[in-house]
Amino acid sequence: MTAATAVLTELEPPPTRKQTTMRRLKQSRVLIVMCLPALIYFLVFAYGPMPGSWIAFTNYNYRDGIFGSPFVGMKNFEFLIQSGQLWLLTRNTILYNLAFIVLGNISQIALAIMLNEMRMKYFKKISQTIMFLPYFISVVLIGVIAFNLLNYDTGAVNALIEQFGGDPVKIYSAAGIWPLIIILFFLWQSTGYGSIVYFAAIMGIDSTMFEAAAIDGASAWQRIRYIILPSLKPTFIILLLFSLGGIMRGNFGLFWNLIGNNAVLFETTDIIETSVYRMIVSQNNFTSSTAVGLYQSLFGFALVMLCNWIVRRMNPDYALF
Amino acid sequence: MTTTAAALPATKAGTTKVKLGASDYALRGVSYVVVTLFTIFCALPFILIISASFSSEASIMRDGFGLFPREFSTEAYEFIFRFPRAIAGSYVVTIVMTVLGTAIGLFVIAMTGFALQRRDFAYRNYLSFFIYFTTLFSAGLAPTYLWVTQVLGLKGSYLAVFLQLLMTPWLIILMKNFCRSIPWEVVESGKIDGAGDLRIFLQLVLPMLKPALATVGLFLALGYWNEWYLSSLYLGSAVEFKPLQYYLYNVVNTANALKNSVAGANVSVAQLPSNTLKMATAVIATGPVVLMYPFVQKYFVTGLTVGAVKG
Repeated sequence: MTAATAVLTELEPPPTRKQTTMRRLKQSRVLIVMCLPALIYFLVFAYGPMPGSWIAFTNYNYRDGIFGSPFVGMKNFEFLIQSGQLWLLTRNTILYNLAFIVLGNISQIALAIMLNEMRMKYFKKISQTIMFLPYFISVVLIGVIAFNLLNYDTGAVNALIEQFGGDPVKIYSAAGIWPLIIILFFLWQSTGYGSIVYFAAIMGIDSTMFEAAAIDGASAWQRIRYIILPSLKPTFIILLLFSLGGIMRGNFGLFWNLIGNNAVLFETTDIIETSVYRMIVSQNNFTSSTAVGLYQSLFGFALVMLCNWIVRRMNPDYALF
Repeated sequence: MTTTAAALPATKAGTTKVKLGASDYALRGVSYVVVTLFTIFCALPFILIISASFSSEASIMRDGFGLFPREFSTEAYEFIFRFPRAIAGSYVVTIVMTVLGTAIGLFVIAMTGFALQRRDFAYRNYLSFFIYFTTLFSAGLAPTYLWVTQVLGLKGSYLAVFLQLLMTPWLIILMKNFCRSIPWEVVESGKIDGAGDLRIFLQLVLPMLKPALATVGLFLALGYWNEWYLSSLYLGSAVEFKPLQYYLYNVVNTANALKNSVAGANVSVAQLPSNTLKMATAVIATGPVVLMYPFVQKYFVTGLTVGAVKG
């Protein structure tokens, strides 16, 4: 700003609210334009479909469209509750996520601690590379792996059983065993990559603490119990709360590629996502699927807000907003 | 493990040498054993699939899948490469989508991340929230499906897949976090020299963002490469060449797709080496990721540690 204009602005009356807004808009017009592609993108692909949630309260038919179809109030939800479906889906989704969160975090922490104990650099590098790999392959391949391992006629597991003189097992019709299988696949896929966060946290611990502990004659167990685990606590709690916020969201790809349309297993394996997908793709049922989706979104939204509120109270730096 | 005992003492700084007790050696031994076992556990499924793809169908039918090919055979690959039209088409579709999507998405994400991080940008909080809100509440699958197919009219179009993978709020947040590490003085010096915001971004900031671009770009590319879900919803059988992972999904799950994959072979489904064909297709569809992965691994690690949480 040159001296002349500075004087001029001083002489002007103080800007009104409207003028400030106009000036601000003008100042940041290039930055706004830079954001515009992304804003339009989310407007079209994320906000655009939102009014369609209205379908949950209608008896939707293609001819009358979303807002022309007859309004039925809470009927769709009542049906889902009375048929017991909503409860089954909610139960499965939450229980699986709880198992994933608890077992996932325990194995990630254990792995991080053990990686930290290892001293052979190349051994560590190579094993880490292999452990991260499952996280980066497509979930379709997980379906292939499951087929390779578990199918009745040629599966590797049954081949092994037969080799030892046992009778092959029909794994794809034994609903009881699938929670275990799904959890094992989950751990296979996510433990390696998930351990990075904890490993980084351990690397961040002041090394003089370890030296002091060693001089005082602390055992390895005491080192873990009194130095490492307490240092991981903040990371753990934050990650825990965030995953609790997402406890209503299922891992669609994993479940669909392992189970698919195999109705025999639904009792123990059907989650919200897989059920909604099936309603749309194979039944063309848009009312129930929208109702379940809306229920999931609202429930999930409330959970995230709650968890974020707790995080904010504990440590505002970590809060999402 | 005898080698572990010979390894260096466990001091991190390496300055003071602290004597290790028995429990330290025990823990270290246990660590090597468990990590080795877990590494094998992670690698096994890959070995099973590769081994099966190089087995003869007859040996699979007789003995089942195993860790090593009982009868080595390249029969499955020969089938695929004799009639490569379908899988080659899928490769082209996936590569084109991955390259274009990563380039366009990366540019838009970087531009947005930079602008939303500028402390002199008055509307940054409102606009950030506009993007971030979509992670908190979403329309759900059914309304999105109707919107994309009926309002946008993208049923059966590659665009339905391509556009929906272009960016995610999470990647924008990740980019914002990277941009935060660029000193404010860089922007300020550009301003003093009279450069506009776009020029500051393109000439000053973008070159400094190279590691961030690599990380975000890899996540985008991986998303395109591994895509099968949107294809199953919006493409179905409407297109001749399916994206690679959706192609694999069909070969594994439907006998018909398996037959079509070697269309022209003039054989019935029963005559096809179906077990080994599935495995060979899986190897071909996944191979590039596994081969590239060790070289780019560090960027994914950065992504996790920089982006972890925080908006």
